[in-house]
Amino acid sequence: MAAPLVELRGIAKTYGRGETAVHALKDTDLQVYPGQVVGLLGPSGSGKTTLLNLIGCIVEPTRGRLNLDGETVYDGRWLRSDLRRLRLEKIGFIFQFHNLLPFLTAEENVAVALDLAGVPGAEARRRARALLDYLEVGHRGATLPSRLSGGEAQRVAIARALANRPRIILADEPTAALDSGRAGMVMDLLRRLAIEQQAAILVVTHDETIFGRFDGTVTLRDGRVVSSG
Amino acid sequence: MNLALRDVRHNLGRFLLTCLGLSLLLGVVLSMIGIYRGLVDEALTLVRAPGADLWVVESGTRGPFAESSRIPGDTRDAVARLAGVAAAGALTFQSVEAAHRGRTLRLYVVGYEPGRPGEPKRLAAGRPITRSHYEMLADRRAGLEIGERVRLGRDSYEVVGLTEGIVASGGDPVVHLTLKDSQRLQFELDPPAARRELARGARPAGLDTVNAVVARMLPGVPAVGVEAEAARWKHLGALTQEDQEGLLLKSVVEKARRQIGLFTGILLAVSAVVIALILYTLTMDKVKAIATLKLIGAPDRTIVALIVQQALAMGIIGWSAGTLLILLAKDHFPRRLLLLPEDALMLGVAVLVLCVAASGLGVRLALKVDPATALGG
Ligand SMILES: Nc1ncnc2c1ncn2[C@@H]1O[C@H](COP(=O)(O)OP(=O)(O)O)[C@@H](O)[C@H]1O
Ligand SMILES: [Mg+2]
Repeated sequence: MAAPLVELRGIAKTYGRGETAVHALKDTDLQVYPGQVVGLLGPSGSGKTTLLNLIGCIVEPTRGRLNLDGETVYDGRWLRSDLRRLRLEKIGFIFQFHNLLPFLTAEENVAVALDLAGVPGAEARRRARALLDYLEVGHRGATLPSRLSGGEAQRVAIARALANRPRIILADEPTAALDSGRAGMVMDLLRRLAIEQQAAILVVTHDETIFGRFDGTVTLRDGRVVSSG
Repeated sequence: MNLALRDVRHNLGRFLLTCLGLSLLLGVVLSMIGIYRGLVDEALTLVRAPGADLWVVESGTRGPFAESSRIPGDTRDAVARLAGVAAAGALTFQSVEAAHRGRTLRLYVVGYEPGRPGEPKRLAAGRPITRSHYEMLADRRAGLEIGERVRLGRDSYEVVGLTEGIVASGGDPVVHLTLKDSQRLQFELDPPAARRELARGARPAGLDTVNAVVARMLPGVPAVGVEAEAARWKHLGALTQEDQEGLLLKSVVEKARRQIGLFTGILLAVSAVVIALILYTLTMDKVKAIATLKLIGAPDRTIVALIVQQALAMGIIGWSAGTLLILLAKDHFPRRLLLLPEDALMLGVAVLVLCVAASGLGVRLALKVDPATALGG
């Protein structure tokens, strides 16, 4: 088997300190391999979002070691100074609420991620359009997010997450705002990506209708992995 | 992709309204600077009009503009005979109010000796004064026509020529009379008052009194040496042209400058506060978008540029619109507005600096935004 794209060793996260400290995540080990779609399950407050934020280098771990795509990025401290660059190149985020930039059109929302990565303007636009077509929202390219339906907005957001062909995709409740038909489509899409681009995909969800579509699931309770398989 | 431009387009109404407010503020600033420049310029036209190098006035005074000054009319002969002096002329200066066609005309009367320094050099219309009495040159600003008669004191004078741009430091239009006419106007008492003075046993005041004598030097002769010589005479003092201009600026303009400077400062501060507040609220509205940008990997400079570019756009649009506004409106101001390109440019630079400084608040907020806030709710 190939090397894991995401690897956590004894990662823990404590918010605050002293009396009010919250141990959101306790010594966690986790590995996700290329081509895998892993579901993160567990009740509210169990630490799912925290785990995603740690992998996304948005939140600093309290201890442990984090490897992404073969590179150790955290080992008791950050080993990379340009975490935003790392995110830009390697990680795609899909949010529960689509988080499109309200002042950019659908196409520009996708193009901006390419633009930030240094893709020239015309090329960025061409690729953005191709991605939107691929996600079947090409006809909405000139529309502002406030005029998109929930499903359209989520697909634009996915297009943006995929723009720089990240090898790691982190999705926090990507189907929460969608009906079950759309939810199924999004999952099919993620599945296809995992295979076509050999990406590692982590999906936080409460949505029982998609539980069966994962290659594996990790269940958290009170900051601990209680089952994985 | 320029994010600032797209965000502005999204908030166009608010942005344009801010620009409008800013342009009005900057327009006021510019008009005040213009009024100040006009003031300086007008203050100097009168003292520059004679084209003099030297002013001889009553000793111990800073006359004839900053303080009143009276010297004997024959001083002119004495000055003219000084070595190095090319020509000299006696002058009177006096403010009068005249009732003319049902309105009150405030005029500043200058009496000069035709053919000597102090005579208006250029006429915009009509002819110079040729008769020794009852003729007048009026500045266009007085609104008088050639051939009109204006009553000043006990006599009436016919306008025979028009000058342009000669006003007193208070903005009143200047009219020129012959020295003799102006001396009667200034120094001759009306008959009852004269009788009273006579009854009191006072010597009748000499009519041949003037307020100043101006002299033009021979080429290459500095006025300073003659100034010292003239000052040695009893009761007389002398000022070079530069001294005179300096005095006038100090006495007339200094206070106005401080006041206008203060207002300008306050208005610029208000502009800065307006820009800072608007940018701050615009940034507040974008916190989530900024968090998202950081999350997907935008560097700080992208986010700072988003805010600073909007600030600069506000400044440039506000300044341009304000300048345009004043250019269009400047002829409708009651006082002369002198718009100097360098003043407008200076203001532009100040506004740009101000905008960058004012965006600091928004930038600080934006840089503190935690990318994690983009996630979840
Ligand atoms: N920024 C934070 N500061 C303090 N406590 C936090 C923060 N984020 C999450 N927590 C706490 O950590 C625990 C796990 O939260 P989270 O990871 O959001 O769980 P989930 O996504 O599974 O609902 C909760 O008790 C939550 O209150
Ligand atoms: Mg959560």
